[in-house]
Amino acid sequence: MTMALFEITNQPISADDTAAKVKRPEAGAVVTFAGTVREWTNGRRTRKLQYAAYESMAVRQLEKIGREVQDRWPDTQAAVTHRVGELHITDTAVVIAVSSPHRRAAYEANEYMIERIKELVPIWKKEFYEDGTAWVGDQLGTTAYSKGGPKPHD
Amino acid sequence: MINILFFARLREEAGQESLHVEKAGCTIKELKEWLDKEYRLSGLNRTMTAVNEEFTTDDTKVTEGDTIAFIPPVSGG
Repeated sequence: MTMALFEITNQPISADDTAAKVKRPEAGAVVTFAGTVREWTNGRRTRKLQYAAYESMAVRQLEKIGREVQDRWPDTQAAVTHRVGELHITDTAVVIAVSSPHRRAAYEANEYMIERIKELVPIWKKEFYEDGTAWVGDQLGTTAYSKGGPKPHD
Repeated sequence: MINILFFARLREEAGQESLHVEKAGCTIKELKEWLDKEYRLSGLNRTMTAVNEEFTTDDTKVTEGDTIAFIPPVSGG
């Protein structure tokens, strides 16, 4: 855990630590999202997960999403911490914190960030099921990009 | 020389994290075709590509010293 607003770490992460980075006197709202490891997906049991990242690019992409958020919700401040390595059921994989003078912008910006992270930050999740393993997001035909990558949302 | 990075499933298929090859001057498309032939990597046609940590398109030409990363569909969060 560093003071950087956008970071990838192989250590356990806490929602409070990330929220602390965006608290400030002008903000009357801090919305914190924690993405955690789920045991059951479509009837299949997960034993554990492994997250991997192209770390330097992932941080750059998170910073870029942070700039998108400031363009759309000018008074907000965002921070994201994503964990990599081996994670177990209920462990926190990602924390997104957004502060804002009023709550609406903080809620909206926070949801926007998780959607963008799932589109364009180079982080991958490997599922370890009871009966096999799979890199998620990599099944044939689930996601394909024809031109260089995802575009900003409208 | 250019530096090629593999991640996730592609890294497992390639059996290595990176390659250094004399491929400056070719396009991303040509690079993918070459990798498909040499390393039998599956699904490169639906893999995004980043040059020096920025997403780019298949018609981009790579230049000496570039770092090219193949980015399978991501699943962070």
